[in-house]
Parts: sequence; structure tokens; C-alpha cells
Amino acid sequence: MSVPVAEFTPQAYKTGEHPIWCPGCGDFGVLDSLYKSLAGLKVDPKDLVVVSGIGCSGRTPGFIRSYGFHSLHGRVLPVALGVKLANPALCVIGVGGDGDGFAIGGGHIPHAARRNIDMAYLIMDNSTYGLTKGQYSPTSPTGYVASSTPYGSIEQPLNPLAMLIAYGATFVGQGYSGKPRELADLITKAIEHKGFAFVNVISPCITFNNTYKVIPAKLAEIPKDHDVTDRVKAFALALETEHVQLGVFYQTQLPTFEEGVVQVIKKAQAASPPRLEAIFAEFA
Amino acid sequence: MSANQQAMPSNSSQANIDYVFRVGGEGGEGVISTGEMLTVALARAGFEIYTFRTYPAEIKGGHANYQVRAAGKLLLSYGAAVDVLLAFNEEAYQKHIKDVHPGGVVIYDADSFTPPADNARIYYGVPLTSLATEKIGVKLTKNIVALGVCSQLFEIPQETFQELLREKFTRKGETVVQKNLQALQVGIEYVKGIDKRDPVRLGPGPRKTRELVLSGNESLSLGAIAVGCRFYAGYPITPASDIMEFLAKELPKLGGFVVQTEDEIAALGTVLGASFAGKKAMTATSGPGFSLMTEMIGLAVVAELPAVIINVQRVGPSTGMPTKTEQGDLYLACYGGHGNCPRIVMALTSVEDCFYGIMRAFNIAEQFQMPVVVLSDASLGHRKATVPVPDLSRVPVLERRTPAGQELVNYGRYRFTPDHVSPMSIPGMDGGGYVAEGLEHDEHGYPAASNHENHLRSTKKRYGKFQAVEAIANDLTRTYGEPHPAIGVIGWGSTEGVIREAVQMAIEKGYSVGALHPKILYPQPLAKLTEFMKGTKAIIMPEVNYSGQFATLLRKRFAYDFVQLNKCVGLPFTPKEIFDKIEEVANNVRAGRGVHATSV
Repeated sequence: MSVPVAEFTPQAYKTGEHPIWCPGCGDFGVLDSLYKSLAGLKVDPKDLVVVSGIGCSGRTPGFIRSYGFHSLHGRVLPVALGVKLANPALCVIGVGGDGDGFAIGGGHIPHAARRNIDMAYLIMDNSTYGLTKGQYSPTSPTGYVASSTPYGSIEQPLNPLAMLIAYGATFVGQGYSGKPRELADLITKAIEHKGFAFVNVISPCITFNNTYKVIPAKLAEIPKDHDVTDRVKAFALALETEHVQLGVFYQTQLPTFEEGVVQVIKKAQAASPPRLEAIFAEFA
Repeated sequence: MSANQQAMPSNSSQANIDYVFRVGGEGGEGVISTGEMLTVALARAGFEIYTFRTYPAEIKGGHANYQVRAAGKLLLSYGAAVDVLLAFNEEAYQKHIKDVHPGGVVIYDADSFTPPADNARIYYGVPLTSLATEKIGVKLTKNIVALGVCSQLFEIPQETFQELLREKFTRKGETVVQKNLQALQVGIEYVKGIDKRDPVRLGPGPRKTRELVLSGNESLSLGAIAVGCRFYAGYPITPASDIMEFLAKELPKLGGFVVQTEDEIAALGTVLGASFAGKKAMTATSGPGFSLMTEMIGLAVVAELPAVIINVQRVGPSTGMPTKTEQGDLYLACYGGHGNCPRIVMALTSVEDCFYGIMRAFNIAEQFQMPVVVLSDASLGHRKATVPVPDLSRVPVLERRTPAGQELVNYGRYRFTPDHVSPMSIPGMDGGGYVAEGLEHDEHGYPAASNHENHLRSTKKRYGKFQAVEAIANDLTRTYGEPHPAIGVIGWGSTEGVIREAVQMAIEKGYSVGALHPKILYPQPLAKLTEFMKGTKAIIMPEVNYSGQFATLLRKRFAYDFVQLNKCVGLPFTPKEIFDKIEEVANNVRAGRGVHATSV
């Protein structure tokens, strides 16, 4: 599957399978941006693993010519952790939706973030459950009327960006599927980032929560003078939810989990010869 | 003559030695470590050992006790009556005195309590606490004083204790080492000044080579390392945590790693990710964690990923009795999860079997690209035994089948093959790209959620692997006693030794008895079971659970009225409990009376 350098085109990453998504789904924009980003970074498909959970977003690995793992609802991050630790040379990208990532899989996010596994995690946030036909989701606004909230949601929506900054993710950004060029650039930055890179992509559901008409008016670029290394300012920016702000909110460099593993192995091997017999001898 | 010696014929005086020591006292005051040191000393002195421990659920406080049986020959159970009780407090005395046989020895801390008059047993009141505080200045050294008393009184070579104290305390500095050596000597000197009134004498044991002293959990961890497991993910849970702790220390020495995940779902998810990426990987847990893992077992089955999942069973349901033993998770192990979901279930039978059993579990997982659930339990996981230095050639290491050459042209990860195993590519392999898929899928791994014929064919593929596994299950089934007995005993897991001992006792009494013990419980070794059951008048199935879970599974396959013997009090069987049932059933059969299930 090695691709000659000349063939690192977005086209080269397509499997030929046509996505099952509804025509007009925001996820097409995310997928196109991902193709573009992978081509730009010349990621060899044989060294790429795309891990997904369940939901419309979960089908993404099937549309990318690489290795993939279509796992269980909410379990993107544990599976991705195992893949990356087993072979740190792989480029690991996790993809999920707001239900998959923030509801059923929400318990995994803080731990992936604080471990700082070197991977990119893209959430296709449509604020609804598309695959199960339109229930409210953790990012649905208060008052949202859906099949499971016929009288309107009485819950506060979750703020993914503030949450990830608080949890210690070392890269936090937001994109919009309607702006695929900017989104591709953001995904590229996330993949290039050494550590856990989180990208929340506003990806409207054309069928159950069509926000295409309201999003453009709310879009705003992150101010040019924003210091991405300032966690407090990044947090303040994330709390401003009047607008859908696009770009990098926060980025810092910390040792990755894989680097830590190398250190642990060094420490252990300095204390003891790497032989099974030596371990047996400890119990005689 | 100890109560345990009666059932143990032998050919030399040292081989004939068979004593049960029990140490009891306040949890957190060194009862367990005293028992462990006594255990290692006896093993190094050349005896075979078999321990049993109970410990309170409290972190500190509560009653704790540790039992070690030491003998000149292979031990199959923790024994019956106690020969020597070391009671640090009155509670320990009250709880255990009934288990000390007439003629047995009681050593007690005379500073703590005075036992009532008892002509049946031999008592030594030793002021352990005051000897420790007055002569050493450290109250906790009363444990070491007690070991000195045991060493001198029972002629357990003192050098082994001295060696152990040096190993144990060197890290804490020479002063601590010296204090402990002095404490040992205080115990030794004390005994020199009293009259020995009991017959317990050990001396050097018959075995002259050094063996490993391992708990079940340590043994299986070593086996995992030996077979090439280099990745472990788990979540702390009693009584499985020490597997994670052991591997966290040992795996990095060999370039591997342990990750403590946020829960058990993540643990198995991480293991599956690592397995997908080419590593031999495992997790270990107990009941509550195993319940959480069931969704991931289904994923491993349908995505055809090798994985080893250890369940060190404890008393359930729910949080249950975390430190007590039970064989209650067999149903869940075999059938947990939705859909038609074939996985392999094995059970470990002894501390030594933990080592080779895990090697086999990995081999089967890798060979058939399936999850293998391995059942142990609290009693096996936490008991120690002497184990000969492992012979790695006994279980040749097998690797998973990977694609090569033509197989990578238009590669189909889940290609239908005659033996139902498809070559599995590993990320990084050119031409091997595919999606490991939890949806029903076709040969290429593409979702086929509406293809009805493909679902049947794929389900048959997954179940088809059972045929070859069943042959292995037959090979791994062991029988004891008479090959064609009137009374059969079928057990599983950690009851192997105790059943074997009970069968020996029954044969010596003239009963026609034999036992069968499979190592793979799902799929079942039908050929071996059929052959064994032929001609039997009755079959007893001892299980440490309430409902007879293995008996229930076998009733689905055989029209046979198995006689259940269930023990559901959080403790393992004693040989006598099983022997009594054999005797009762044999006599009833002989007299033409009916046989019936009981619980102890």
C-alpha cells in the first residue's frame, strides 16, 4: 500500500466506498478535509490507523484507504491508546461524534488528555444523535426539541473546548465542516502536534439538526493576537459561546505518554538484566 | 503423627513429614508476612508447600490468618486439621482452636491472653510482645521472635530464616537487618530454656534443589511473560490487582509495558487495540470488572482479535465478598454478551498450571484469533506453592498467522478458509490495510449489515474454529484414579488438587473412584467426557458455587443426572468434604438407594 510520493493526493486515500451519509451531511466536509490533510502530510496509508466508535462518524475508517478500527460506541480512545502504545511509529487518528465522545465515551476523554497520547482526536459535533434518528445530545442547546425531549431539553449543553482545556489536552481547536480548507489546515496542525490533539468540528446534521442556516452568522475567527500557550485565556475564549470560534484555542508541549513509556523501560532495564531467567531467580 | 499424615503413605521419614501451620492475629500487624516468611523458609528448607490465606476486607485491622502446609511430597490441598497454631491474640485462638487436632500445638502470645485449660493439646505461652519490646525495643518484631520460636522448636533450619531476613530488610539498612536477626535469636534462645513437649520436627526437607515459591497470580504473570506477552492493561480490583502490580514491575525489564486504565472497559479496549497492532496483550480482573468487559469480548469475537482475559473470581454477585473465593463466573465467561458469540474459556487448576495454562491460553488466542477467558479464583490466585523452575519447552510458543505474498493481493482480512482462520495483517504491513470491524462484515471487512446470507456464513466461520479447539480441549483433559470407575468426579479450575486428594483417600478405602478435570471448559472436551462417563454409576460434581454452573453446562450436552456438591461460603473445599460425598454416594449406589445433591 506504499504510495509513491507523487501519489500523495487526496484521491489516493479514498477507498472507493461511497459514504452512507445523507447528501449534504457535514461529515463529507470533514472527510474531504481529512483526505487533503493526509495528502499534504504525506502520511503513508500503511502506517495510518483511523479508530472510530459508533454513530454516523463511526463509518469514517471504511472510507479511508489505510488501517482502521471500527470499535464500540464510546470506545475510540482506549482502542487508540492500545494501537499507539503497541506501535508508536503509527499515525493514529480517532474520530467520533458528540454522543460517542461526550456521552457514552465521556469517561475516557480526561484520561486520554492527561496521558497526552500522541494522536489526533476529531469530534464531528452535530448536537444530535443522527444514526438513531434525532434524539438530543450532550451538546444540544437547552430547550432543544427532539424525539426524546418532546417538551424541550432541560439540560445545559456541554462545552467541549472548555472541557478539553480543563482536562489538560495539549492541543485544542475548533473547525467547521462548511469551511473545509481552514478545517484541513487545522487537522494538519492537530496531526503534526506531538501529543493529544483535540479538534471539535461543527458538522451539521442535514436531516435532524440542520444548522447550516444559523452557523455561518455565528462564525468568528479566533483573534490573531490570541496567545495559544495561555491556558487561562484559552479557557476564557472557550467560555464565549455566542460565536462559533474557529482555529487553535490552546497548544502546549508536554512529554507524551509514549516518551514516558520509553523512560520507564530504561529505568527498569538499568536495574535488572532483560532476561526471563533473571526474573525467575527473584522467586527462588 | 499429624492428621494430615494419615492419608499420605511414603517411603522415607522426611518424605513422610506433613504439617499444617496456621498463623492468626490482627490484620496489618504482620500476620501475612510472618506466614509468607515461614512459607519461603520451609520451601528453601526442601519441603513442598501449599498455603491458604484469608484476610479481612479492611485495610488495617480485622482478623487475618495465613496457613501453610509443608510436606515431603507433592501437595494437592491445604490440608485438614491444623498441627501448629500460632495465635497472636485471643480472637485468633478462639477462631482457630477447633481446627487444631488433639495432640496439636498452640503457640500463643502470653502477653496478650491466657487460653483456658485444655488437656488435649500442647500449649506454649511465649511472651512475644514483651520479648520484642524489652529485648529489641520494637513491638512489631514480635513476629520475628515468633519465627525464632518456630525455628528452634520445630527444627526448621535457622539459616534459612537468617537469609530471608537479610533479603527482606537489606533495603532498609543494616540496623534494621540486625534488629530482626536479634529478634529471631531472642525467639530461639527462649525455646532453649523450655521443655519441648510436642513431636513436631522438620529438619532439612527431602528436596535438595531450589524451587520457585509462587502464588497463582505470580505464576500466571510469569507464564504470560514467558509466552511473549508484552502489553497489559488493567484496572485495580481484588483479588487480581497483584497481577497488574507484578507485570508493571517485570514487563518493562523486557521492553513491555503496563497501563492502568480508567476502567475495565477501557482495559480490554486498550488490549484489543494493542492486539490489532500486533502485540500479545492481556488484561486481568475479577467479577465486577469482568461484567464490564463483556461488550469488548463481543468485539474481539466479531473482529477476530486475539486477547487473553483473566478473571480471578471472587464471591458475587455485584460487589459480593471481594476477598473470598468462588467459582461463580462460569456462565458469564461462556455466555456473557449479546448475540452468538463464541469465545474460549479455560480454567487454571494449580499454581504450576497457572504458568503453563497462560502460555496455552495465549497460544490458542493467537492461533484462532479469538478472545480466551481464563478463570482463576481468589484461593488459587493468592495461595503460594513450590513450583519447579519452569521448563519452557513444555509449551512451544505459537504465533498468529499473518498474510504473505499472494495473500496480500486484493487482501481480505476475514477471508473464508477451510480451518476458519484468516491470515491477519498488522498495521505497517504493505497491502494489508483493512478495518477491524464490529459490524457484521464481509471477507474484506466491509460492513454487511443487511446481507443475511453473509451473516450466517460469517457466524459459521467464527463457530467453526471450535472444532480444532475441542480437539485441544480433549488433549488437555486430565483424569485421576481409576480410568473406568463406578463413581466419577468431574471438577474444574482450582479444585483439581483437592479432588485428586479426595479420590486417593477413597481409593485407599476401597472405593471404585476416578476423576476427570478439563482445562478448557468452552468448548467442552466431549470425546473425553463421553469416554469417562461410560459405565459410571454416579458422577459427583463439586463446585465452589451455589447453582452448579459447570454441571448445568454439561446437562445441556449429556442426558446424565450429575450429583452436585456445592460449597458457597466463600471458602475452598477440604479433601474430606469431597471424600465424604464420594463415600455417601458410593454407599448409596451399592445399596441401590438414590443419590442426591448436597451443599457444604
